Amino acid sequence: MGYSGFKVIKEGLFGQKGWKPVWRNPDPKPEYDVIVIGGGGHGLSTAYYLAKEHGITNVAVLEKGYLGGGNVGRNTTIVRANYMLPGNSEFYSHSLKLWEGMEQDLNYNTMMSQRGVMMLCHSDGQRDYFARRGNSMVNQGDDAELLTPEQVRAEAPMIDFDNVRFPIYGGLMHRRGGTARHDAVAWGYARGADQCGVDLIQNCEVTGIDIEGGVVRGVQTSRGAIRAKKVAIVVAGRSSQVAAMAGMRLPIESHVLQAFVSEGLKPILPSVISFGMGHFYISQSDKGGLVFGGDLDFYASYAARGNLPMKEHVMEAAMTLMPSIGKARVLRSWGGIMDMSPDGSPIIDKTETEGLFLNCGWCYGGFKAVPGSGYSYAHLIAKGEHHAPAARFRLDRFRTGVGLMDEEGTGAQHNLH
Amino acid sequence: MRLPCPICGDRDRREFYYQGHATMLNRPSADAGTATWDDYLHNRENPAGETRDLWHHEAGCGAWIVVTRNTVTHEVSGAVLAEKAKT
Ligand SMILES: Cc1cc2nc3c(=O)[nH]c(=O)nc-3n(C[C@H](O)[C@H](O)[C@H](O)COP(=O)(O)OP(=O)(O)OC[C@H]3O[C@@H](n4cnc5c(N)ncnc54)[C@H](O)[C@@H]3O)c2cc1C
Ligand SMILES: [Zn+2]
Repeated sequence: MGYSGFKVIKEGLFGQKGWKPVWRNPDPKPEYDVIVIGGGGHGLSTAYYLAKEHGITNVAVLEKGYLGGGNVGRNTTIVRANYMLPGNSEFYSHSLKLWEGMEQDLNYNTMMSQRGVMMLCHSDGQRDYFARRGNSMVNQGDDAELLTPEQVRAEAPMIDFDNVRFPIYGGLMHRRGGTARHDAVAWGYARGADQCGVDLIQNCEVTGIDIEGGVVRGVQTSRGAIRAKKVAIVVAGRSSQVAAMAGMRLPIESHVLQAFVSEGLKPILPSVISFGMGHFYISQSDKGGLVFGGDLDFYASYAARGNLPMKEHVMEAAMTLMPSIGKARVLRSWGGIMDMSPDGSPIIDKTETEGLFLNCGWCYGGFKAVPGSGYSYAHLIAKGEHHAPAARFRLDRFRTGVGLMDEEGTGAQHNLH
Repeated sequence: MRLPCPICGDRDRREFYYQGHATMLNRPSADAGTATWDDYLHNRENPAGETRDLWHHEAGCGAWIVVTRNTVTHEVSGAVLAEKAKT
């Protein structure tokens, strides 16, 4: 079933009775060419690109809950390609280009809105760093503009420009960045994969990975054993548990990240804005809610809910940046389980088991990676070779120390990202 | 969340710095080889359930402590001084 403006009008006239379920709900087959473990954004896009780019359609996505119930439906939906280091730079650049063509490609409205991502700086040193980062973005072929305080004021007049403690020295604007509708991204890829013949199997928890003589043979699940020629792990916060089924110990620690949304307001924020003092960022959804968040709670957690100190920190930062926010009521807050890697950058790689692949370590920034990660992972699974934009996301970089991608420059150590 | 410092008693989480899993206490010998050091520095069991992790009571008595805690429920069941935990 294709979507179009005509179809929306027709259904409106005939009582919306013509809409059909968007994907099938099949039982698992005994065997697949590829099993993707995890029905989040990355798992669904991987399955879609396996089918579309490589013609591999005998694929199942196994999801222990429901599609899109993990981090893909919990994030603050920011999409950007404003990284500085080689590795991340080319990867996110490629991913952003896929975002720009996604809606046409999937025939699905993912509400991709390139409203801009503006990062604020509050000191000379920070401004110099932004100039350098902006130059790397431009060198990569992406867009970046260093804004003066007056230009920031023209973009976002509701920010407090009289703050003596954290004066606004300018901003780094990335106009092609923005936001998208997170659920729609999961649904769009799910529908696209299903239409190519991929089986999306929900309520199917993987409980074991079958390996014989160093070669993967399939998986054990809550719905029985399923054989497969290749198995691809992409389970975000649960990566350590699933990798342990294959005898692996990963450089991953799972942490909680919280986010918040206010009641709906009239439009007051033009772009995504991040505050350079303390960790705080904010945007306004199309419904009008202010969507905002801050840093990790900073201790290992699988609770998918956070603690009060980080809530307080986020609220304080919000009030410092734009005191007018104090009038808005917070509707909800929630948390997600982040797969934190030691250098804060991801892993897309083969494993020591033949036919078993690993995709994890997206930390708090894997939503923008959904198309790029799926595209590059599908390439690796199909061809057995690393896809150029993701070729540096190696698992062995921590052991060798070669090719670490530590954007924050704090060191490749677990508690520092 | 409050952590039970063996010296100061129950104290607010904000007084503590989180270092990571208590496996950090099992430092390999200098000549243990790359694989052992890689495992020590980077790889983690990362349990969903009971864990033991290392915290520094930096805004309190300054002790390093090992806290036993559940990562799924956030329940804290006890803490000992790191010097005593290290055996
Ligand atoms: C509060 C918050 C804000 C964020 N904001 C942003 C942002 O603004 N921009 C950005 O780029 N990123 C952001 N992120 C990060 C981003 O959401 C994640 O990095 C990304 O969604 C992770 O990939 P995923 O979608 O595949 O994960 P998930 O949606 O978590 O998918 C993993 C799936 O695997 C399933 N699974 C786990 N174990 C098993 C098993 N044994 N068997 C079968 N299935 C299993 C899970 O049920 C889950 O559905 C944010 C995250 C959070 C929590
Ligand atoms: Zn103390």
